Amino acid sequence: MEFSFSASDLSAIWLTCKLATVVTLILLLIGTPIAWWLARTRCWWKGAAGAVVALPIVLPPTVIGFYLLVAMGPHGPLGQLTQSLDLGLLPFTFAGLVIASVIYSLPFVVQPLQNAFEAIPERALETAETLRASKLDSFFSVALPLARPGLLTASVLGFAHTVGEFGVVLMIGGNIPGQTRVVSVQIYDHVEAMEYVQAHWLSAAMLLFSFVVLLLFYTFNSSGPRK
Amino acid sequence: MIHARFDISYPGFALDVDMQLPARGVTALFGPSGSGKTTLLRCIAGLERVSGGLLRVSNEVWQEGEKFLATHRRPLGYVFQEASLFPHLSVRRNLEYGWRRIAASERKVQLEQVILLLGLNQLIDRNDPSSLSGGERQRVAIGRALLTSPSLLLMDEPLSALDAASKQEILPYLERLHGELDIPVLYVSHALEEVARLADHLVLLEKGRVIASGTLSETLSRLDLPTAHLDDAGAVIEAKVAVHDEAYHLTRLDFSGGSLWVSKVGHGAGTLVRARVLARDVSIAIAVPHGTSITNILAVRIVEIRDEGPDRVSLRLAAAGGQILLSRITRRSRDHLRLTAGLEVYAQVKSVALIA
Repeated sequence: MEFSFSASDLSAIWLTCKLATVVTLILLLIGTPIAWWLARTRCWWKGAAGAVVALPIVLPPTVIGFYLLVAMGPHGPLGQLTQSLDLGLLPFTFAGLVIASVIYSLPFVVQPLQNAFEAIPERALETAETLRASKLDSFFSVALPLARPGLLTASVLGFAHTVGEFGVVLMIGGNIPGQTRVVSVQIYDHVEAMEYVQAHWLSAAMLLFSFVVLLLFYTFNSSGPRK
Repeated sequence: MIHARFDISYPGFALDVDMQLPARGVTALFGPSGSGKTTLLRCIAGLERVSGGLLRVSNEVWQEGEKFLATHRRPLGYVFQEASLFPHLSVRRNLEYGWRRIAASERKVQLEQVILLLGLNQLIDRNDPSSLSGGERQRVAIGRALLTSPSLLLMDEPLSALDAASKQEILPYLERLHGELDIPVLYVSHALEEVARLADHLVLLEKGRVIASGTLSETLSRLDLPTAHLDDAGAVIEAKVAVHDEAYHLTRLDFSGGSLWVSKVGHGAGTLVRARVLARDVSIAIAVPHGTSITNILAVRIVEIRDEGPDRVSLRLAAAGGQILLSRITRRSRDHLRLTAGLEVYAQVKSVALIA
C-alpha cells in the first residue's frame, strides 16, 4: 500500500513538535523553581499550592480549556492585559495554545522534579554551603545534577503529555492549519471526514512515537535494584 | 581567640554556652550524646541560626546582633560524621569543589599538599566516590575541607561512623594535620581515646552547658568531672623519647620529674610523644615495692581522693615535676593503707599507652 503523509499532515506533525518543544522548555523554566519551593518549604500553604499545581491531572481538559478561554477572551483578565499591550487576543493563536499547554502539563513536570528534589539529602546542600557555595551556586552545582533523573522524567512527561493533548487544544486553539491544528486534532478531522487510511497512519505514528519515548525512558531511567 | 555565645531552648533540648577558646591547636568538644556538641558546632558554622547569638573568630565577627554571616561566607571547613562526598563528582572534582570557589590569593593550602598529607594519590583519579571505602571517603572529605584554606576547621565526630580499622587508618593523618597545618580545629567527639590522642584543649559539655574547659592534661586529671568516672579515665603525659634499650626492646620516655619505660617505639630520641596512663592501671604502694614485675614505679604525693561508687575510689597523684596521674583502687585498699591526701606514696604503673 502506497502512502505518504499529506502536506497538512506534515504541517500538523511539525506544529505538534514545535508546540511540545516550546512548552517543555517553558515548563522546565517555571516548573523547576516551583518544584524546588514545594520540595523545600515548610510554609503552611504548601499543601494548597501543591493541590493547585496538580489540578490538571484530575480536571477534564474541557474545564481547563473553558476557564482559559474565558480568561483569555476580550473580557477576561488575561485578554484585557494582552489587548492593553497591543498583542491582540490569545485564543486561536499558537501563543494561546502554548500558554494553555503549559498550564495543562504543569503537574507532569513539577511532580517528578519535586520528588527528585525531595530525595536530595539536606546534608549534600549543607556540605556545599560549608564549601563556599551560595544557595544559588549549590542549587546549580549540587541539586540539579543530583536531580538529573527527575529532570529527564519531567522533560519526557511534559513533552509527551503536550503531544497527547486534545481537549484543551480544541477549546483554546480551535483548528487552524499551521497555527493550532496539531496531530491529535488532525486525526479527529480525518475521522470526521471518514479518511480512515490517513487517520490510521497518523494514529500509528503517534502510537509508535509514544511507545518509543516511553521505551527509551524506561530503559535508560529505570533505577532498578540499587547496587 | 574564639568567643561563642549561644542560647537556645526548645522542648527537650537546651544549649546555653558562653565560651572562649584558643584559636590554635585542636580543641575537643566532648560530652555524651544529647549534650549539644553537634548543635554548637552547627551554630558556629552558621548552619543553625540562633537569634541573639554571638560568634567572633580571631577578631572577625561571624555573628553579633543583627549581623549573621551566611555559612558560605565564613572561612571555615566542616567535616561531617559521614563523608558526604558529592556522588555526581569524581574524587578530584570533590576535592576541588571548595578550592574553586575561593579567590586564588586565598588558596594557602594546595592540592599537592593535601594529596601528600592525606595519602590521596591512589584515590585522586577515581571517578566514582561511592567506590571508596569509608575511611578513604572521610580522608577525601577532610582534604576537601582543607582545600578551602579555612581559618577554622570544624569536625563533627569524623571517625564515629567508621569501623575500628578505618579509625586506626585515619588517626595518624589527623595527627599529621595537627602537626603540619596551622589551622585551629574544633573536634566534636564522645570517644575519650580519640580526644586524648588529638586534642590540646578540652571543653566538656553536659546537657547543653559547658561544665569544664581547659588544657587536655589539666582537664583529664580532674576528679570532679564526669571524665574521671569513665572506665577509660586516665592522665595524659607529654613526654620525650630519651633512650632505647635495644637488648630488651624498651624505650624510656622522660617527662618533667620522672620517666617511664614502654615497649620500644620507632621514634628517635628527642621526639615529643604523648602517652596515656589509665587510672585502672595505676596501683599504690606505701613503701618502695620490692620483688615486683612492674617496671614503672613513680614517687608521688596524693593530692585528692574521691569516692567512685560503693567499692572504688579515685586518686589524684602528683609526681615530683608536677605531672598528674590518676589511680583507681578499691575502697578497702584505701582504708587498709590509710591513704589520705598529702601522703607520699609510690605509684606502680602497669601499662602505658603511647597515643601519639
